[in-house]
Amino acid sequence: MSVPVLEISALTKHYGGVHALDGVSFSIARGELLALIGPNGAGKSTCFNIINGQLRPDSGWVRLAGRDITGLAPRRIARLGVGRTFQIATVFASMTALENVQMALIAARGQVFGLWSPARRMGREDALALLEQTGMAALAERPAATLAYGDVKRLELAMALAGDPALLLMDEPTAGMSSGERQAMIALVRQLTRARGLAVLFTEHAMDVVFGHADRVVVLARGRLIANGSVEAVQGDPAVRQAYLGGAPSSLSEAP
Amino acid sequence: MSFESLLFQAVNGFASASGLFLVAAGLSIIFGVTRIVNMAHGSFYMLGLYLAVTLAPLLGATFGGALGFWGGILGAALVTAALGALVEVVLLRRIYAAPELYQLLATFALLLIVNDATLYLWGPEDILGPQAPGLSGAVEFLGRRLPEYDIFLALIGPLVLLGLHLLLKRTRFGRLIRAATQDREMVAALGINEALLFTAVFALGTGIAGFGGALQMAREPANLALDLSVLGDAFVVVVVGGMGSIRGAYVAALLVAEVKALCTALGLVEVGGFTFNMSRLTLVAEFLVMAVVLVVRPHGLFGRPQPAQARRGEAEAPLVPLGRTGRLIVLAALVFFAGIPLLGAVASYAPVLALDMVIAALFAASLHLLMGPGGLASFGHAAYFGLGAYGTAYAATVLGLPTPLAFAVGMATAAAGAVLFGWFCVRLEGVYFAMLTLAFAQIVWSIAHQWEEVTGGSNGLFGVWPDPPFDSANGLYLAALGVTVLGLVLIRRLVFAPFGLALRAARDSRLRAEASGIAVEKVRWLAFAIAGTLCGAAGGLFAFAKGSISPEAISVGRSIDGLVMVLLGGVHSLMGPLLGAGGLTLLQDMVMRESPYWRGLLGLIILLIVLLFPSGLAAGLPRKRGAP
Amino acid sequence: MSARLPLLEIDGLDAWYGEAQILFGLSLQVATGEAVALVGRNGAGKSTTMKAIMGLVRRRANRLAFDGSDLAALPTHAIARLGIGYVPEDRRIFAELTVRENLDLGRRPRPPGATLPDWSMDAVFDLFPQLADMRARLGGQMSGGEQQMLAVARVLVGNPALLLLDEPSEGVAPIVVEHMTRALLRLKAGGLSLLISEQSSDLCAAICDRAYHIEQGELRGHGPMSARAPDIPPNAQAAPPTTSPL
Repeated sequence: MSVPVLEISALTKHYGGVHALDGVSFSIARGELLALIGPNGAGKSTCFNIINGQLRPDSGWVRLAGRDITGLAPRRIARLGVGRTFQIATVFASMTALENVQMALIAARGQVFGLWSPARRMGREDALALLEQTGMAALAERPAATLAYGDVKRLELAMALAGDPALLLMDEPTAGMSSGERQAMIALVRQLTRARGLAVLFTEHAMDVVFGHADRVVVLARGRLIANGSVEAVQGDPAVRQAYLGGAPSSLSEAP
Repeated sequence: MSFESLLFQAVNGFASASGLFLVAAGLSIIFGVTRIVNMAHGSFYMLGLYLAVTLAPLLGATFGGALGFWGGILGAALVTAALGALVEVVLLRRIYAAPELYQLLATFALLLIVNDATLYLWGPEDILGPQAPGLSGAVEFLGRRLPEYDIFLALIGPLVLLGLHLLLKRTRFGRLIRAATQDREMVAALGINEALLFTAVFALGTGIAGFGGALQMAREPANLALDLSVLGDAFVVVVVGGMGSIRGAYVAALLVAEVKALCTALGLVEVGGFTFNMSRLTLVAEFLVMAVVLVVRPHGLFGRPQPAQARRGEAEAPLVPLGRTGRLIVLAALVFFAGIPLLGAVASYAPVLALDMVIAALFAASLHLLMGPGGLASFGHAAYFGLGAYGTAYAATVLGLPTPLAFAVGMATAAAGAVLFGWFCVRLEGVYFAMLTLAFAQIVWSIAHQWEEVTGGSNGLFGVWPDPPFDSANGLYLAALGVTVLGLVLIRRLVFAPFGLALRAARDSRLRAEASGIAVEKVRWLAFAIAGTLCGAAGGLFAFAKGSISPEAISVGRSIDGLVMVLLGGVHSLMGPLLGAGGLTLLQDMVMRESPYWRGLLGLIILLIVLLFPSGLAAGLPRKRGAP
Repeated sequence: MSARLPLLEIDGLDAWYGEAQILFGLSLQVATGEAVALVGRNGAGKSTTMKAIMGLVRRRANRLAFDGSDLAALPTHAIARLGIGYVPEDRRIFAELTVRENLDLGRRPRPPGATLPDWSMDAVFDLFPQLADMRARLGGQMSGGEQQMLAVARVLVGNPALLLLDEPSEGVAPIVVEHMTRALLRLKAGGLSLLISEQSSDLCAAICDRAYHIEQGELRGHGPMSARAPDIPPNAQAAPPTTSPL
């Protein structure tokens, strides 16, 4: 078996006396769409922030394509090929959509300290191609501050792809979107995963998105990993139902 | 130096710590609830002392010395609290929703106004208060005499700390303060009168500061420099202790005061044949304490990382390069300014005034690089102006270097200062950044004031005249114009280059910038260094233009001039600061030089701007959107 | 149910967030004892409607009244004191205060002449037994679901006549949604009026009598909950990704 894109092992993190994360291990392979679910406070954000470099674990390690990246700064990890989108999509509001992606490209290529030549022409073609891939080409010249929220989410995705990442971390990629937008967004991510050979780790509360699209599901509860398997296996797991999904998942996920 | 004198100074440190703590604690509580850094906090301390030295003799004449003294202190604290409440109701209520920068400016304007009002009411002379009845003696301590009043002061700090702790933990008012510190909107939504709470908190904070000031009555005379010196110290204490932590404020006040006391105790120290007067290094020591703490704990000893504050106000429109009309206007302006010497024949004053404007333009533009694209409001830009001016002046007079070389030394001095101070400042954002930059500027000012061997002390350095061909009004003006134009071209290229894009990206969303791989702190550090260097160039030109440089010219007023210039012209545009620089220079030349109260007048102008355009000057004007 | 007295009356409500107008002429009513749903996509203006009622955003209306009192000129705290309990979307628990202290801040005695039962501390602990076991715990150390319960409890002890619940099921585990649904049904049975905003109609379908549907700040329709549901089943709504400005 080839080296996984991401491998985390025995990650542990305490806050005061509380175990935010308690010996969590899992890995992701190339081309895999892995959902990380669990109740609020289960440790999903902590896990994400450790992989991303915003937090340092008390113990355990994170490897990216075999290389230990535990405790590196977020920007170093980004430069090593980890793209990230946030629960509340954030882009650079004072720039056009195109400039946003150009900025991400400039950063990924280590050209940030260019002090003289204008940035307008730098990475323009590649940026337009990324906007094309995320369906944002028509809005390239629009100031980001005037974009609808769904478009901001897709712009953020284009920016996360600018570094040609091997791994994409998506924190609730469909939060704040309507059902139609949710399906379109996750389908886009699905297609990009296949086309680029990405590995995607995402958290999500919308179970239709998780169960409809994920290749594999990891479930956390109170900082521990309680399930790791296929959609069917996780849906049928009694421990998962008890901790997270509740007694009657079918009646709750569909309108009566 | 003996162990005894060390211990003696340590007790002294406790006494100083109490005063510092009282100011910093009030600042911290007010910031927690209202999210406003009260730049006028030192003014309330100063007012407390002035009121006390006035009230104590008055009350003493009627009720006797003891009642007069203690009654004076209590009365001063109460009057200060009442004044604080008045300020909250009249001024602060109007600006809670305004951008952070405007809040800082408004309270700063208040500082300027209070200072001039104090000058008007009490005059420029220091005023001594009476001795504390019953505590005017001294106790024998390790063979030295320790003033009883200092021991009393040393005890006051912990007592107030305990009192505040109980207030916050045990009372409903305290619970409200803690809740509002976290989420004031939610407090209101639960049916609690937020406006009343804010007024009470502001009165409490300013009252404590006034109390702290009044307590100094038996220790030091009331004087007009207190507001800023105390403010600078309080900022250092709050940054070291962690904003919002009362306990942190006390520990930090103690740390700073003890380190200062230690320096005083050490006195003259000989290291490797060199003799250092440690008591002169107290300011440097304060700086070192802050440096060490910020390296180890960026949010202060007891502070926590602040949640990223959402940027208030509208996002800036994307920057576009100048069109044909814009270029024509710039060209016309350039031709006009280059032609000013020709006017000299008919109006000999024109090149002199134009020189002031050109220097101000470079100064304001360098500040704008930080404030506009960088989103970092520096309240201490005068530091780099001063370093540039003093570096140039020292090189030209003492070292006798030729003019261009002396100017280069000035810029290098400013660059070194900006690199050093910037390393600390860029670790912080928002109000913390503003506070730290102001504290550094206070340190530079104090060094200029105290290091007489090099800076000439309060008199400054004289005879900084340029060599030919820069020794005529026109020659110097054209050289300054050249330097300024070069500086502006550099800034403009920077802003449109990848570096400028990254600077704006970090301002718009630090989180996204870091996730994209941008080294935010490094980008900001470089911006800080460039802004400081260019500001130093403005300072160097200033030294040659005036022929001298003194601490007065690099005081905090200089920093504020820069902020006003940038705001007058508009922070969103690259041209704005230039217009603001021209406008303010003209205004100062025509109106303000005539009045001894012109700082206060400047304060009123700032208040007018803030109150008339509470969401920013740019919002008051129609905006062009880049929509297709 | 339209025969019941209107408790909350809104007519022609415009609201702004900064410079951007979010609500355009919104009208809705909630009668005494009624549970009303406010449905629509994220960004449609549901949260803004609630903030506008509470006076937390700039707004203007032909009529904005609660129990006969005009809300237009009142500050937020006075609106709350009239008897409106606001549970915001992100709960906004005071993280550094204990559960007990959080509840203390919300506590207000029952207004004279009130017909609803008094929500004492004991009464809310009875409704949410989990909270009773963690009185001394800091708000910041609670899970999302526990915080949601505390947020509801914190306004209940103020004895409101109307509850505004903004997305009570957003971001909490399905199992907590079940608990919350049961608790809200109990409150409704006790005579409390409810206005609940939701993106997914699961929780609302179980509780509400009527629903208002808003999109892009405008009212798109309203009617009985059961009749409305098939019209806009949120899970089947195949809206294309929008490219229009907010």
